[in-house]
Amino acid sequence: MYMSLFGIMFGVGFFIVTQAQTSGFEGFFIKTILGTNGALRIEDRLQATLFPMEADGAAGRSDFLIASDGNRKVIPGIEDPQRISEAVRHFKNVSGVSVVLENSVNLATNVSGAAVRVQGVNIDDHLAVSDLASQIVRGSLADFRLAPTGALVGSMLASRHNLQPGDSFTLEWNGAVRRYRVSAIYETGVGDIDRVRVYIHMSEARSLLQKPTGASFIQVNLFDASRAPEDAARIQEVIGHAVAPWQRREKTWLDVFRALRFSSAITVSTIILISGLAMFNTLAMVVMEKTKDIAILRSMGYTRNDIARIFIWQGVIVLAAGAVAGCLFGAAATYGVSKLPIRIRGIFSTDSFVVAWSVWHYVWAVVISSVVVMAASLIPARRAARLEPGDVIRGTSQ
Amino acid sequence: MSTLKNGEIVIRCENLHRSLGRDAGRVHVLRGVSFEAERGRVHAIVGPSGCGKSTLLYQLGLLDRPDDGRIWIDGELISNSSDELRTAARGLHLGFVFQFHFLLLEFSALENVMMPMRKLGRLDEAAMAARARHLLGEVGLGEKTHRLGNELSGGEQQRVAVARALANEPSVILADEPTGNLDQRNSELVFGLLARLARENGQAVVLVTHNPDIAKRSDRVLEMRDGVFI
Repeated sequence: MYMSLFGIMFGVGFFIVTQAQTSGFEGFFIKTILGTNGALRIEDRLQATLFPMEADGAAGRSDFLIASDGNRKVIPGIEDPQRISEAVRHFKNVSGVSVVLENSVNLATNVSGAAVRVQGVNIDDHLAVSDLASQIVRGSLADFRLAPTGALVGSMLASRHNLQPGDSFTLEWNGAVRRYRVSAIYETGVGDIDRVRVYIHMSEARSLLQKPTGASFIQVNLFDASRAPEDAARIQEVIGHAVAPWQRREKTWLDVFRALRFSSAITVSTIILISGLAMFNTLAMVVMEKTKDIAILRSMGYTRNDIARIFIWQGVIVLAAGAVAGCLFGAAATYGVSKLPIRIRGIFSTDSFVVAWSVWHYVWAVVISSVVVMAASLIPARRAARLEPGDVIRGTSQ
Repeated sequence: MSTLKNGEIVIRCENLHRSLGRDAGRVHVLRGVSFEAERGRVHAIVGPSGCGKSTLLYQLGLLDRPDDGRIWIDGELISNSSDELRTAARGLHLGFVFQFHFLLLEFSALENVMMPMRKLGRLDEAAMAARARHLLGEVGLGEKTHRLGNELSGGEQQRVAVARALANEPSVILADEPTGNLDQRNSELVFGLLARLARENGQAVVLVTHNPDIAKRSDRVLEMRDGVFI
């Protein structure tokens, strides 16, 4: 029985700690997404194409125009970002809106050069839709605010070109070359951003990219990011621009995390399952050893249900002890794991294991172990209840 | 119990048949046995091994179902009732003493005696403990109430079993070779207890024995052979 108890304890504990890790990393990835690219991204304008339908109109021409979703025309970018921003701010769940002008340009220092993605932003607006303020690792955001030709450079890009705050570099687009100074270096942890993205002021971006009006996209943050798909659909309907929620943009990675979470849950549940089998074996043995006791209890007037209840109670006691010990072990292990150092860069930036503390991990661990233990107890309990006292006593006494 | 008169028929069976085993090995053990037992008397069933004594006792104790025939306890036909009713009747009317004491060894003598009372639920915890102590005192184990089953000698264990059989003041005590595993002194002690308490409390005792001395001291002796009384 102690084997089953320890099995349940470790099964519950490992279930909790693996769920805490996978959920933790998933949650941290989502936080990183929201802190870099926002909950929603408003992009190209969608224009429904209209086509005439033949009918008897005046002078033999059709009077009907039918709009068709299947033939929508996509107009790149946003022509009137201020009007769209104003409209979007009226949605209740919207917490911030930032207009972004983006393009590929060539970066050059004294010794090297590379193609980068420049983003022109109004910094205060952008801080409301990103965690850029907390992503600064060297230099200062205040410098960027004060310097019209200041730039925020991704950590990997800065490292590759040996750029430090105060250093200057040029950006070139379509023959125009403008010089900028590194105000600060940021690190999101997302390799695709830190390697290529440079933030400059919107006015500078308009000059560099020779685009006095319009925007490439609008980044939007929400109070409740989980509602992004519903909000995206409503906003798209109202403004006629394509709106991409973070769940759709990052579907591949989110699916990977989900698959990892389920697979670890299934793997760890096998420990609980094996403990259940051990418990089944133990209880089945106990039933065989205790047939005389069962018979004597039946002779005293104990019913079949009373007998079954004895064995189910044994299961319940082992389950309760195992679940409580497992939850404590799981909590301690989760805390311990959260202190383990691990350096991850690429999809997010962390220097230690990321864990999520959720009561649901404990609830699910207890539910799974309860189902397994109860199933394991029920069969021996029913077998015990079915024993005929006369058969048992006759077999012993004659 | 005080309103009941010694001599009343408390358990009765009629034309009991029972076969045991399967297929070619099936044996017709009870061949139409009829029997009755009276309050306050000790009935000894004797006979050679395999003649059906214990099988009859288990039938009377509702631990087994007859293939044919009927059993009445306190005038109520019970032989073909549901398992629930038969189980309830065992708790209410019957007390068992087996050759092997069948104590629950993980429990003390006191807890063993309280066990039938717990199921019946007539008394509260304190009253059950008091009655169990009284019964253990009656069988000479008043000083050993808190000993675990496996800390008692064979004779003491069997005396605890007698006390346990009396716990719910049953109408009938069924004893299967109650002294079969005991020495002469303990055999006489256990039989004396059963006989005295049964007579004092107006309970019928039906015992199966191979011991001629025990049989001689019983009020009534019935000899069985090949599944019938002779």
